Amino acid sequence: MGYLTTSPIDLPELVARVQSPVRGGIASFLGTVRNHHGGRAVARLEYSAYGPMVEAECARIVAEAQSRWKVAVVLEHRIGVLQIGDTAVAVVAASPHRDEAFVACRYVIEEVKRRVPIWKREVYADGSVEWVGAAAGGAAAQQGGEQQVTADFGEATS
Amino acid sequence: MPASAAPPLTVRVLLFASYADTLGLDSVELSLEQPATVGHALERLRALPGGDRLPPKPLCALNLTHVRPDAPLSGGDELAVLPPLAGG
Repeated sequence: MGYLTTSPIDLPELVARVQSPVRGGIASFLGTVRNHHGGRAVARLEYSAYGPMVEAECARIVAEAQSRWKVAVVLEHRIGVLQIGDTAVAVVAASPHRDEAFVACRYVIEEVKRRVPIWKREVYADGSVEWVGAAAGGAAAQQGGEQQVTADFGEATS
Repeated sequence: MPASAAPPLTVRVLLFASYADTLGLDSVELSLEQPATVGHALERLRALPGGDRLPPKPLCALNLTHVRPDAPLSGGDELAVLPPLAGG
């Protein structure tokens, strides 16, 4: 059972994996494809990934959440061509009580965005194509953001 | 024991997304003098066509784990150079 999929994400199926009589609180997050970015109309997105590392990093993130809080977590990220409104990522956290479900769900999606090697190429309505995060800001901005990722990651594992 | 006596080590470098476009390839094998770090491999990448357009300190992963540029390399390692992440 991997964290990456090329098929549509089925939220009820993910919820069913963690639902149990002892877990009364279930929080979920869905990230879906927006129809605009930087003021331009987006036609569709193409997600690609470093598959083996996505699996390894997602497993680490889920394990971190499950060790910090009393939760069961499922996480799935879709890659390939996605249309406007399609679900790209889903997180479900189930816990005996809602507080831990919410906080674990939030933790997992934030860590996925910071640490998991997935990229998206936006195809705009005018036919032009751009890698998200690659153009704006230039090398200096990229460098700052990337140092932040590795610095935080080092702390998280110690 | 002089370091120069050690044979060169070979690492496989993977490039993704915008970086694969920039260098026009998605993987390359590099032979490096020992001792070698991630930073040494990046220097070699910069010498390839298009390599000068890589940022000064790109995000890197060694054998599926995020690492800093001073991380040491061993023969057979898989080094991935990661463009700004955009999952979610």
